[in-house]
Amino acid sequence: MPGERAGLRVTPLRFIRFATVCCFVLVFAAGIFATAAWQPAIAPINPPLATSFAPDVVKRGAELAAIGDCAVCHTAPAGRIFAGGRAIATPFGTIYSTNITPDAETGIGTWSEAAFQRALRNGVARDGSYLYPAFPYDHFTLVSDDDDKALYAFLMTRTPVQAPALTNDLPFPLKVRPVLYGWNLLFLRRGPYRADPAHDEAWNRGAYLVDGLGHCGDCHTPRNLFGAEQRDRRFAGGAAEGWTAYALDAASPAPVPWTAEALTQYLGRGFAAQHGVPRGPMADIASDLRSVPADDIRAIAIYVAAQMGSHGPERTQIAQQVVTQNARGTLVVGNSADSQADTFHLAAPDGEGALIYLGACAGCHQGPRAMPYGGIDLSLSSTVSAPSADNFINVVLYGLPAAEAAHAPIMPGFANAMNDSQVAALARYVRAHFTDQAPWSGIEKNVTATRSAARAATVDHGPPSGLPGTSQRTTHEAQR
Amino acid sequence: MKLNVNQQRHDVDVDPRTPLLYVLRGELKLNAAKFGCGLGQCGACTVLVDGEPVFSCVTPIALLADKEITTLEGLGTLEEPAPIQRAFIETQAAQCGYCIAGMMVRAHALLQKNPQASDADIRAWLEPNLCRCGTHMRILRAIHRAQAIMRTAQAGDAG
Repeated sequence: MPGERAGLRVTPLRFIRFATVCCFVLVFAAGIFATAAWQPAIAPINPPLATSFAPDVVKRGAELAAIGDCAVCHTAPAGRIFAGGRAIATPFGTIYSTNITPDAETGIGTWSEAAFQRALRNGVARDGSYLYPAFPYDHFTLVSDDDDKALYAFLMTRTPVQAPALTNDLPFPLKVRPVLYGWNLLFLRRGPYRADPAHDEAWNRGAYLVDGLGHCGDCHTPRNLFGAEQRDRRFAGGAAEGWTAYALDAASPAPVPWTAEALTQYLGRGFAAQHGVPRGPMADIASDLRSVPADDIRAIAIYVAAQMGSHGPERTQIAQQVVTQNARGTLVVGNSADSQADTFHLAAPDGEGALIYLGACAGCHQGPRAMPYGGIDLSLSSTVSAPSADNFINVVLYGLPAAEAAHAPIMPGFANAMNDSQVAALARYVRAHFTDQAPWSGIEKNVTATRSAARAATVDHGPPSGLPGTSQRTTHEAQR
Repeated sequence: MKLNVNQQRHDVDVDPRTPLLYVLRGELKLNAAKFGCGLGQCGACTVLVDGEPVFSCVTPIALLADKEITTLEGLGTLEEPAPIQRAFIETQAAQCGYCIAGMMVRAHALLQKNPQASDADIRAWLEPNLCRCGTHMRILRAIHRAQAIMRTAQAGDAG
């Protein structure tokens, strides 16, 4: 019935006219976009002499680099410190960190201070190309001129390492860097940090460090479809490298609410008696923070504690109960050199999970050794009371590997001793026995996924030591 | 409870919370695996469960029904030592010897999976096992020797 379609007929002439108009519009739009997105290169310089920087500025830069955790991302497994090459998995593809040593060819040796500051503030490299927001310039934009200067002095006085950047594995159109112009337009709020007069100096110092260089929200704030932090859900909890980054707002899962004092201990010393030890990616960060001045740690702690808000009397009461009911000494197993055998006088286990807990866990987690070398009482553990079982599964399977050249707690992993259903039985028991929270769902599937590449978790071996080839950051796959 | 150890089935009458190490040494008189720290931190007690290394001092036997346990005794005999055992003897890799059973068992698991493991692979793999005598270089040499023995054996089989 050709007659019926007559009205829709497109003549060749009409089509050509339409296509031409479309082309013009597209070219025009592309032109405007390119003009707006275009960033000039900043002229290369000769790498500055290390002696051209004042030692006290370099030292301050070292402390700031520790607060910013630069080494954590910019060091590859078993790679040289700051030489880049570490794969950062994102929902969009894999991005490789770059070399930030002052190597002229493959690092930032030819970057002037202005080029360095533009990268930190606007996410644009010296040559004018856009950087991906896996590099948290949306936080670093808050950093002050003086601190940028100190960071520059520190990085430019490191040993140059020849290490070319690896090619990112991103799909079209994300591999076209100018699209980030649009991302920046939507999500980048430029600094510098403006002090909030409603709060005191320490709070403001903390806010400047946490929201700026420390980029805590990078992991602890959930992200939207475009990979940007959701502004209305600041610190509501996020994810990093197969681990849950707990909520730092009122939804914090800590059974005993965090205080500024506890956070100071945790961040500055690597553990807090009523909270335990950092693990996963946070272990690296805490080990970096050990070299940071106490005042800065305290400011960070004050600000983060303030984000969690004051907890009502009900919460305080529950916390008090948790502490008194399960404090060491009431449920403690016998004091013996042997961590395992003395759980026998505890009540006979009821079910598989209880049996596994008493046989494999209680010796340390209800044992006579004090934190952090003894295990945490699980009723105090955020890992056990958290909404997701991810971190629990990671810790049970892979443990806390020994840190290199540092005092740190060790826990053996049980990946080879327990099968998926045994880990799940243990998780169900521990969740029910030590918390009032609803059971985790889909644990067994989650364990299976964790063992496969589907949810590979980074397991930390401690801080990169700065010596060639000694960084021990591996994923569990690499250990197999 | 029934346990499969070195391809033999054993019936043991102990609390299922008992660490495997105690059952191996106390009940089955398999004394190669040693009690070191009792915390799963030194590796002296390492045995294989389904071919993978575990710390037997922190592994309750409740976890091991239907799994295959292999101790150093299960790798070879005095008359017919396994390549890893022959290599450790030939290299005289032991000083006090306390860590050596664990070292051999863990190294054996690696070579079963990856006979061509590099020196870096071996070092990373053995990281959980401690040696206080400082015999590390000899241990590494012994493992490389075991690789050579395995290669020769394979070539022999093929010929």
